[in-house]
Order: sequence, then structure tokens, then C-alpha cells
Amino acid sequence: MGAIRLEKVRKAFGEAVIIPELDLDIKDGEFVVFVGPSGCGKSTLLRLIAGLEDVTSGDITIDGTNATELPPAKRRLAMVFQSYALYPHMSVRKNIAFPLKMAGMDKAEIDKRVSNAAKILNLDNYIDRRPGQLSGGQRQRVAIGRAIVREPAAFLFDEPLSNLDAALRVGMRLEISELHQRLKTTMIYVTHDQVEAMTMADKIVVLHAGHIEQVGSPLELYSRPRNTFVAGFIGSPKMNLLTGAEAKKHDAATIGVRPEHIALSTSEGMWKGTVKVSEHLGSDTFLHVETALHPEPLTVRADGEFPVHYGDTVYLTPQADKIHRFDDKGLAIR
Amino acid sequence: MATTHTKSAARAMMAPSVIALLIWMAVPLAMTLYYSTLGYSLYNPISTPFVGFDNYSYFLSDPTFSAALVNTLILVVGVLCITVGGGILVALLLDQDFYGVNVVRLLVIAPFFVMPTVAALVWKNMMMNPVYGVIGQFLSSIGLQPIDWMTEVPLLSIIIIVAWQWLPFATLILLTALQSLSSDQKEAAEMDGAGALSIFWYITLPHMSRAITVVILIQTIFLLSIFAEILVTTNGGPGSQSTNLTYLVYQQAISFGDVGAASAGGIVAVILANIVAIFLVRLIGKNLDA
Ligand SMILES: Nc1ncnc2c1ncn2[C@@H]1O[C@H](COP(=O)(O)OP(=O)(O)OP(=O)(O)O)[C@@H](O)[C@H]1O
Ligand SMILES: [Mg+2]
Repeated sequence: MGAIRLEKVRKAFGEAVIIPELDLDIKDGEFVVFVGPSGCGKSTLLRLIAGLEDVTSGDITIDGTNATELPPAKRRLAMVFQSYALYPHMSVRKNIAFPLKMAGMDKAEIDKRVSNAAKILNLDNYIDRRPGQLSGGQRQRVAIGRAIVREPAAFLFDEPLSNLDAALRVGMRLEISELHQRLKTTMIYVTHDQVEAMTMADKIVVLHAGHIEQVGSPLELYSRPRNTFVAGFIGSPKMNLLTGAEAKKHDAATIGVRPEHIALSTSEGMWKGTVKVSEHLGSDTFLHVETALHPEPLTVRADGEFPVHYGDTVYLTPQADKIHRFDDKGLAIR
Repeated sequence: MATTHTKSAARAMMAPSVIALLIWMAVPLAMTLYYSTLGYSLYNPISTPFVGFDNYSYFLSDPTFSAALVNTLILVVGVLCITVGGGILVALLLDQDFYGVNVVRLLVIAPFFVMPTVAALVWKNMMMNPVYGVIGQFLSSIGLQPIDWMTEVPLLSIIIIVAWQWLPFATLILLTALQSLSSDQKEAAEMDGAGALSIFWYITLPHMSRAITVVILIQTIFLLSIFAEILVTTNGGPGSQSTNLTYLVYQQAISFGDVGAASAGGIVAVILANIVAIFLVRLIGKNLDA
């Protein structure tokens, strides 16, 4: 069981308020991802939940009991650190067994759980090595192993994959998702990689300067962003945000169109533009197109190859039903 | 090949200093070995007959020798225990954040800059003197009998003085080790349910093991040859209660004028130091690799 509830949680380091009052509800078994730009307070929020930092005011409830004053060990949460934080002088086996040993569990039970975790995470082949003799991905698995043996109420991950190379990251992403399917334990996952956020989350929490901008499922955030910040943050490449005359035509202060919702043509269309840089990924082509609508070039996605060159003229047509409208405060108009 | 070339060039470049170092070490050692085989008294320096191993059997069979050997070991082990144990505690304290921690750090390091003779004299006259010393005054003021440190517990007194001088060194090395422990590890252990004591025992202490090894090795080398503190406080006495090997060699040469026996003692001390060094490296040196 691992329902977590934050009520009016506030955190200040001295004068600097990092997290102004914030409420958040996390249901048992949910995979929640915190995303946001660097320095927005994701790690701080996670550490508040873990109990590694004290809240300045407000309440944290875990499984219905007030955990605000509880020390980290009593909260039944397990954390996987960005640096892995393995104990370098202990073997993999001892690392994984450490929380159980601290809990005073008997030897036979510890052995059973450790070998079980090792099997789940494919650690068998290097169970007696030290962390220093492992690769980054293997260390990551050990850190996860150390978290799962405790059978915690919830897992907390702080950017666990950011030290891995791209290929390994994709693999570990799948492994963690699979682990979640198998264990059905609450997971809170911090990242600033929005591909991770979109693919893994049941629920995404978008943070900005300590505020929650929007909470919702990945598709909800993608198709119905609540404001320009979320609109610009979720989705890759970023949504094109236009102000001025074109926005006025739609009765809005700002309109947004995603690159994948603009049709491209070399002969006719709504907006005329000049091709700048084009990025060919094979499966898609991203064109940066300069138009009279906006000082910055618009990003447009074309399926597969789109044979144009620097300086060519193209015509863009946004899909009418995929245009997002925002008022002068940046809030979505629905 | 480039590598062979650089290697021989490097050898040629290093040769002068290696040769100088060898001469620097080998000549005194050879002289000492040579003198240790002569019947060489400062009171009669004209005749220096060759006596073979007589000086060695004389030095080793001297009852003062075994006493000095035991004293040397007690001194080394005693000072090591106090400085390593105390160093860990003080380092843990200095690692905390409290008001004025910078001033306290400076104060803790200060004893290291005091010369051994000065330190010993200050301790002897201003701290441990039963009448004028601070400790004696304190004991009298609470109605206890003052202790005459230098005559009642001479070896312990010297251990205390030397430990006081070496505590800053141990503290400094251990503190830097402590500060290099990542806070993530401590936090991970905290979340894993380890209390303060368990964190110290399972995380902090293993992390410091290499630094502790360094402290023990370096200090042992210096502690085996303690001399100034003994000379200015107890003069090795009463009797030979605070005589260590270094001081015994000095006595043979200066007080008894027996250069031959002193040289033999010097060689014995060198051999003993090497035995201790090999023993130590075997025992704890493995902490240094990896
Ligand atoms: N101990 C502290 N004392 C003072 N300020 C702090 C402390 N820890 C964090 N901060 C500040 O809080 C803000 C949020 O930090 P936090 O580490 O939570 O960011 P983050 O969202 O995790 O960023 P990143 O994606 O770069 O990890 C930052 O501006 C940081 O400077
Ligand atoms: Mg962070």
C-alpha cells in the first residue's frame, strides 16, 4: 500500500522559497513522474516526501498516517539516487542485503530475498563483485535491487537514468516500467527527459518554479495543456507558439500548433515560408521554416523524407482542430 | 620504439638523484655497521680494536635493552590508540556545522606547529608539575592528592605529551577523509534504516579505513624514534622506566661514551623498525591498494 498525499506543503531554505504551498494526491500503485526544467524543485519535492528534508509547513500523509514528522527510515519508502549511492566497500550482495540487515531480519530470509531480487534484475553473475567493478547500468540495477528487497510502500527515483548512455537508457526505462507492472507498487519518478515522462507515467506532474502547472495523464497533457508553459514543455519538438495578428484571428492572445499538426506543401497552403535548417531523422524530417507570422522560425514535421533544401519556399497549413488557444495570462481557452 | 627510448631517457635523467640518494643512505649505514664491530670508547679513542659481534651481544644482553624494547612498543601503540581514536572523534566533531567551527579547527591544528622540545617542556612544567602545574592545581583545588607525573607514571606522561602533538595530524587526515564521504551514501543508509551508530560503523568507518591506515603507517615511523620529549622531561628515568630504544642508543654513545655499542644498538633499531614496517604493511597495507 502506498498512497501519498501532500497538503499545503511548503519548503524554504532560509529566505528562498523553493516550493510555495503545494497539494498533491498520489494513489496507491500509481506511476507518477515529476517533470520540469532544471532547478524547479523536483528533487527537493522528492526529498521532502522521502524525509531527507523537513517541510517548512504543511503535511505529508503516507497510507493515511501523518508522516510529516517521521524519520526517513520509518516512512517505508525506498529511494534510488542519481549517483546510485551504492556502498563501495560492500559486495553487491551486501549492498542489497543492507536494508534488511538494518531491519534485523534473520539470515535465511535475507538470503531468500536477495537472491530473489538478483534473479528479477539479472544480477546473479556479479553478485559478489564490488560496485566499483560494475558498469553504470549494472550499478543502477543494484541500486534498484537494494530498493525492492525492502518491499517498500513506494519507490522514489531521482533521475535514475541520467548517467547512462542513450541505448542503455531505453533498456532501463523498459525494465523499470516492467518492474512497475510486476510489483504494482507506487513509484514516484523525477526526470527532465520528457520522453521518459511520456512513456512511463500513469500521471505526470509538471513543475515550474515550485508550482504545479498541471497534473494529468501523458495524453491529457499532450492534447489539452492547461497553459502555455505546459504546452511548450510537453511534446518534442516543442509546440509552436504564435502571438500577434494570427492569434487575433482565433480570438486569442497566443495560439499554439504542434509541429506534427502542420501540413507541408511546396505549392499551396495557408502560410508561406522559407526553409532554414532541416533535420533528417530518416523516419521523419523536421523543418525550421521562417515565416512572416513570427520572428522565430516554426518547426514542422514531415513524415519520412521531404525533399526541400535551404532557402526553398514551402506552404504550411495547420490542422484547424489541433490549434490550441491561450488568453493573455497564458491560460488555455476552451 | 618510443617507449623504450623514453624509458632509458628517464633512467638517465633520474640516475644522479638516485645515486646521490644511495650515497646519502648507504654511507652512514656502512659507517654505523663498521663502528658496531669496533671496541670504540670515547674515553679511549686511540685504540679501536676489532671485536666482531661483541658489541651486539653486549647490547642485546643488557637488561635495559629488553625494557627499552617494551617501552618503545608501548609508546608507539599507546600514542597510536589515542591519536587514531581521538582523531576520529575530533574529526567527527569538526565535520559538524556549529558556530565558530573555523576557529575551533584552527585551534585543534595548533599543537602540530609547536616544537617537540617546547611542547614537552610546557607539559612538564606548566601542566604536569605537581605544585605549579595546571593539573596539580586542579586536583588540589578539589581536595585530591596531586600526581607527580614524571616520577610516578613517566611513560604514560610521555605518551600523553606525544599524543597531544600528533592528534592534530591524525585529525586533519581523518577529517579530509570524512569530508569526502558523499552525502548521498549517508542519506541512502538513513533511508535503509541505519541509525547514527550503524551509519558510523558500516559507512563512515570503512570509508575512512584508508586514511586510518595512512595515519598509522606514517605515525609509526615517527613514533619509533621519539627522543626530544624524553630528553627534556624524564631523561629516560626513573631508572629505565621511560627509556626507549632511541634514547638507549643515545645513552650508550653520550653518557657511557661507548660508540661501538651505540652503533650496534642503532643497527638493532633499524632491523626492528623494518620488522615493524613489514608487519604493518602486511597487516593493514592491503587497504592501500584497490
Ligand atoms: N540545501 C539547499 N539550500 C539552499 N537552496 C537549495 C538547497 N537545495 C536546493 N536548493 C535550491 O532549490 C532549487 C530547486 O532545487 P532542486 O534540486 O529541487 O532542483 P531540480 O528540479 O531537482 O533540478 P535538476 O533538474 O537540475 O536536478 C534550486 O534553485 C536550488 O538552488
Ligand atoms: Mg534534481
